[in-house]
Amino acid sequence: MSDTGAFFDPARWRPGPLLPRRDARDGALVFIVAVLCFLACLTAIGALAADRAARGWTNQLTGSATVVIQPHGAETPDAAAARAAEALSGVKGVTEARALEKEKAEALLEPWLGRDAMIDDLPLPRLVTVDLDPKAPAKAADLDRALKAAGVLATVDDHSVWIADIQRAAGFARWFALSVCLLIIAAAAAVIGFATRAGLAAHRDVIEVLHLSGAETGFVARLFQTRFATAAGMAGAFGATAAAALAALARLAGGGQGLTPVLPLAWIDLLAVLPVPVLAALTAAVAARLSAAAILRDLG
Amino acid sequence: MSTDDTYSMQDVAGPVLRFSGVGMRYGRSPEVLKDINFELPAGSFHFLTGASGAGKSSLLKLIYMAERASRGRIDMFGRDIDQIAATDRPFLRRRIGVVFQEFRLLDHLNAFDNCALPLRISGGRPDKYRADVAELLSWVGLKSRMHALPATLSGGEKQRLAIARAVVGRPDILLADEPTGNVDQGHALRILRLFVELNRLGTTVLIATHDEDLVARSGQPVLHLDNGRMIHYGRGGAA
Repeated sequence: MSDTGAFFDPARWRPGPLLPRRDARDGALVFIVAVLCFLACLTAIGALAADRAARGWTNQLTGSATVVIQPHGAETPDAAAARAAEALSGVKGVTEARALEKEKAEALLEPWLGRDAMIDDLPLPRLVTVDLDPKAPAKAADLDRALKAAGVLATVDDHSVWIADIQRAAGFARWFALSVCLLIIAAAAAVIGFATRAGLAAHRDVIEVLHLSGAETGFVARLFQTRFATAAGMAGAFGATAAAALAALARLAGGGQGLTPVLPLAWIDLLAVLPVPVLAALTAAVAARLSAAAILRDLG
Repeated sequence: MSTDDTYSMQDVAGPVLRFSGVGMRYGRSPEVLKDINFELPAGSFHFLTGASGAGKSSLLKLIYMAERASRGRIDMFGRDIDQIAATDRPFLRRRIGVVFQEFRLLDHLNAFDNCALPLRISGGRPDKYRADVAELLSWVGLKSRMHALPATLSGGEKQRLAIARAVVGRPDILLADEPTGNVDQGHALRILRLFVELNRLGTTVLIATHDEDLVARSGQPVLHLDNGRMIHYGRGGAA
């Protein structure tokens, strides 16, 4: 060290921070906020997946119809099914119609009748599956009209019996997921606010000294606002990163379908975690500012 | 607009401080101050004496606006302090230096930063006030302790640091609550000299103390409180 350095060390004269350095209480705040942000992110991702699943169920039902062929006269069931498929293919609002092979029809009945019970003589109905245009699907009446015109005796099942129930279930799943997500976010915001106020109250002595020394409300509020917003933002980032990592693992583990076909995750869903650290920081900043202002008002 | 000049001494015509029929209570408890009437002319030097519990600290709290009067009126620099907007109060407080009985030093700041706190809050730059603060700390005998944290200071050193912090901003009013309670006779006289020097520069000084010897030596006017009432308002040494 130079002689000059022995007399004057600039680092020793740099003004210290007006707030005490972070302590165990700040660590607790970071932990709590990180956990809540983690949960909020997971529920947000879950809500998106639930919404996608609900849309998928509805689309599957509204995007297809099943036609049950009732053979009559000398025409074989397979021929009737083929003719029905051809007639339906030309209907506006139908993207594809194909007759289900006998083996597939038997496979559908296997769970009820068993593998050994399949008898060739059993008059199995032939099915035609119809894929509908999702933007302007053909109505059941259109399909019925086309079949009658082709002289095919058949029953059209456009799944309308199930659609209302499935749509109701999908809507419930969607709203349930959204409600849980909002509830967790609200709880996270409340806890961040509460923890911030508690942290601020722990520094009341510092606030009093600054206040009595002539510090303006904005000056004191800014100190605490910056401190707690930084802590909550960091915690939010930890929680969001952990949630995104967990969701990414689930996505990878589930292959192309996401976690499961029931809860399909998409990579884009991970973007839902991005606003969380910002929201956590903003909540803490607002809570700190309001709490500091309240303490200063209380002090006079 | 609120500025530090809002309550400059130039605005004052008459006393810098006037209590008119002031009473004060904490919550619903009985009054700790009753019918207080007195005034401090600009540039005056007074002692505030009285037994423990007489209301000395409460009276000082009213002046530095840590508490509010439950009745009566307090004028500071010619203005009723109850009528002063909350946004203007910080600027008024910067005109008042306070030596708290319990020091109220910030434990995480070293002696230098504690002393410089009022200057920093007022927007002062460290390179501008560094020499002044260092000189003041040397004057109160803390030259070798400037970078020490309060926890490592003795009671007397803390008291001297609290005094240095109170006077560093050259306040118009200096309030001190038992400023010599923890220091030896030599330091007590040195502190008294500092207060007298500040007073000569125009600062109005009010010192609450038990130290009858200090009061007698100074020969300054005395305000004496007894059970919340001001019963003596006269020349020093006679209290």
